[in-house]
Amino acid sequence: MTEYETVVGLEVHCELSTTTKLFCGCRNAFGDEPNTNICPVCLGLPGSLPVINRRAVELALRIGAALNCTARRSIFHRKNYFYPDMPKDYQISQYDEPINVDGWLELPDGSRVGIERAHMEEDTGKTTHVGGGGRIHEASYSLVDYNRAGVPLVEIVSRPDVRSAAQARAYVDELRSILVATGASDGRMEEGSLRVDANISVRPVVSAEFGTRCEVKNLNSLRSLERAVEYEVERQIALIESGGSVSQETRHWDEGDSSTHSMRSKEEANDYRYFPEPDLTPLVPDAALLAAAGEGVGAMPAERRHRLSSLLGAGSDLATRTDGSTDQVVTVVDLGLDELVHGAVAAGADPRLALARAANEAAANPDAARLLDPVAFAGLVKMESSGRLSATQSKEVLAELMANGGDPAQIAGRLGYEQMDTASLDAIVDGVIVANPLEWKRYREGDDKVAQFLLGQVMKSSKGRANGKLVAQAFASRREA
Amino acid sequence: MTATPAPELGSLAAIAACVRTGERSARAVLATSLERVRELEGDLHCFNEVTIEAAEADADAVDRIVRSGLDPGPLAGVPVALKDNLCTVGIPTTCSSKILAGWLPPYDATVVSRLRDAGAVAIGKTNLDEFAMGSSTENSAFGPTRNPWDLGRVPGGSSGGSAAAVASGIVPLALGSDTGGSIRQPAALCGIVGVKPTYGVVSRYGLIAFASSLDQIGPFATTVADAALALEVIAGHDPMDSTSLDRPAPSLLATLHDGVSGLRIGVVADFLSEESECGDAVVSAAEALAAAGAKVDEVRIPELLLGLPAYYVIAPAEASSNLSRYDGVRYGLRVDGPDAETMNARTRGEGFGPEVKRRIMMGTYALSAGYYDAYYGQAQKARTLVIRAFEAAYQDFDVLLTPTTPSVAFPFGSKVDDPIEMYMCDLCSIPSSLAGHPAASVPFALNPEGLPIGVQVLAPALGEAVMMRVAASLEASAPRSARGPVTP
Ligand SMILES: [Zn+2]
Repeated sequence: MTEYETVVGLEVHCELSTTTKLFCGCRNAFGDEPNTNICPVCLGLPGSLPVINRRAVELALRIGAALNCTARRSIFHRKNYFYPDMPKDYQISQYDEPINVDGWLELPDGSRVGIERAHMEEDTGKTTHVGGGGRIHEASYSLVDYNRAGVPLVEIVSRPDVRSAAQARAYVDELRSILVATGASDGRMEEGSLRVDANISVRPVVSAEFGTRCEVKNLNSLRSLERAVEYEVERQIALIESGGSVSQETRHWDEGDSSTHSMRSKEEANDYRYFPEPDLTPLVPDAALLAAAGEGVGAMPAERRHRLSSLLGAGSDLATRTDGSTDQVVTVVDLGLDELVHGAVAAGADPRLALARAANEAAANPDAARLLDPVAFAGLVKMESSGRLSATQSKEVLAELMANGGDPAQIAGRLGYEQMDTASLDAIVDGVIVANPLEWKRYREGDDKVAQFLLGQVMKSSKGRANGKLVAQAFASRREA
Repeated sequence: MTATPAPELGSLAAIAACVRTGERSARAVLATSLERVRELEGDLHCFNEVTIEAAEADADAVDRIVRSGLDPGPLAGVPVALKDNLCTVGIPTTCSSKILAGWLPPYDATVVSRLRDAGAVAIGKTNLDEFAMGSSTENSAFGPTRNPWDLGRVPGGSSGGSAAAVASGIVPLALGSDTGGSIRQPAALCGIVGVKPTYGVVSRYGLIAFASSLDQIGPFATTVADAALALEVIAGHDPMDSTSLDRPAPSLLATLHDGVSGLRIGVVADFLSEESECGDAVVSAAEALAAAGAKVDEVRIPELLLGLPAYYVIAPAEASSNLSRYDGVRYGLRVDGPDAETMNARTRGEGFGPEVKRRIMMGTYALSAGYYDAYYGQAQKARTLVIRAFEAAYQDFDVLLTPTTPSVAFPFGSKVDDPIEMYMCDLCSIPSSLAGHPAASVPFALNPEGLPIGVQVLAPALGEAVMMRVAASLEASAPRSARGPVTP
């Protein structure tokens, strides 16, 4: 039986979170009353002309930089096709001279997906078919809202480097984090700020040639994307195995019946008659534009993961790590808690313990955690690693710290987690020895397995306040005496 | 039918001077224009709409400004006609097409605002070939405009209504648009001055696009000085047009009468065919300029002949895209159908005239997959060759001279059945359009039948000042009888 490889390339449309539209001064906002954010330009009224929104260009360049692309001189083209929600019946888009080319994106597992281009274009309006259950052919009439017409988009086109449904999902997830991190987009798939099309094909693993691909649309969530890729791969393999062949076409993912349906074949595809947009001049990413684009942009997730990982002292290669810290690093960066960990480590906290507390306990309430004072957090971690607080106590104190702030030592005191003084601890230890002579004898003869039992007895008597490390030391010193 | 000289309206500067001092009211100046409309419009059909009420309100506003002691501007009270492809708030703007029937623009074109800010009073929207596609104004959906020099002949096009309105003395100033000669050709056929500025000198915002990389707005007037003043008013950077050049309006009047002494003037021999009365006029014009002190030489620029075929690929290609928006969805004509696609097809089928359809089809074809390189790509290469050839010629010459048109005004119907013959009208005017250079047509002679002949002055980009100097010199040596206004 032939083994097949999945090949996926992704096209992600990202709405830029500019204040105004790409070619006019209308508000770029989601959810306003229909046809309230419109003007002669975005309605394509006769005689109106587009003027490029400089901020949109800056954000596009910012996305390009975050995806390790090269910024280049670019021009706009007209993509011609008739559709009622497209006011000019052509879309102003970049074609063969896009603003960003040749980049890559690194996924949390360390794999890289090539980026062919990230180009600028304008969005269309939105059509609602009224009657007939919303289906176009049965609708009694259609309504068009042009609020979205002319909203700036960046389309990010990956190379066909993705090899599984899970990786496709991870790619879009990571891309979304990057877009949010750049401030270029709010990354909301459910509001359509991020729209994903997947080009999917399969090939025998031994083959060097790509198979025929299908473009799947209507992927409105990461879950739809993953499921659609899985479905489509199975469909294509079954087709090939049964002696058929995949035909190049556009397919629609139907969430309801969890399958893809043919929308149009290659032959039915539009001839877009692209030609250079004569109403706009070329965009040249000069020093001023690039400087404005880079202003205030922090490090991207991949770089932040590397920085955080390098604190652990095992190099920054996440892909080769097996101790579970990779997931902790990913979580902490995702939630934006990496600065907290860096701050705590700078203040003397143990990196591994700081990372673990951030990824597990702090992550439960990331909004509060982001407001934590790194020095206070460091203080807590130090109390735990020095044995002054048990793990359980440390988590309690952290919860209180996130809820109300304050000083971890004082909180520990208030909660009665003050370190037990040596005299009290000695008294309890001696009491346990007296009460469990047989176990004590075995321990003295070198049976370390019974140590855990003795420790447990001390913990019980101290109601969990004893520090495990100190208790172990106390037993050890008595055995040697 | 013979035209007779019409009473002079006075120069724009003279009209404005009287209005500015209160010697004559803008309302009185307007009344003269409207009287002339009543007399002649029935014969000429210059206008798609005469906006009497709006004009009276504008004139009154100018007069109020004068009474309040303020200055209404350099065109105070000057009546002006606007080609009906320039957007005007609340006034029908049709491009002489059924498809825009009933459309009222919600905004003014930048040039319209600039004229108003300078005190001019718009009296109406003038007829044109539908969507500015044509050379005779016969392609208007509302009927042709007639040439005041001979009512049996075309006024040229596409800005025929504007040209005829100025040539018949209805208004001293009109605006047109020029894509391949649509100002210069009708100016020549109507015996008046027409100027196409450098691409980007005048804002296109509010000019309904035909071919965006070629379209420019410019003035029609009876004298070079009037055209220069009007151009100074409408030119200058506009942030609403990305292709508008970021520079102030050119200063033209200051050097207009500096003469041509020492200027190097090239007569483009490629456009001087044997036994052509238009070519003969260019030769006489060259002699007159030489007599005035210019250094005149013949020059051959055969690449300019590539202009016509290149233009008839590029302009329709852009037009096919620019005219897509007339789909019946948002404004203008809608012919209903069971679905959007059918509604769209029916609307366009009924709304566009035959020449517009022809160009949309030519343009669509030229941009289609598999044909793009052979047509659009090739035409762009030819365009580059034209630009290079001009660059080389302007190493040796300050301006170039050609006929504006291959022939004088032709009778109605004589070219409508032969599109290629009609397209040839633009042979001499197209090269500077492709290069984005300025060009002006100046009335210079009458043919034996008493029809006017124009001479075209070409200059390199932003060479308006020297071009207008040469035009003024030509005007000074031309017989007064060769230019309007005339009464049919
Ligand atoms: Zn708008």
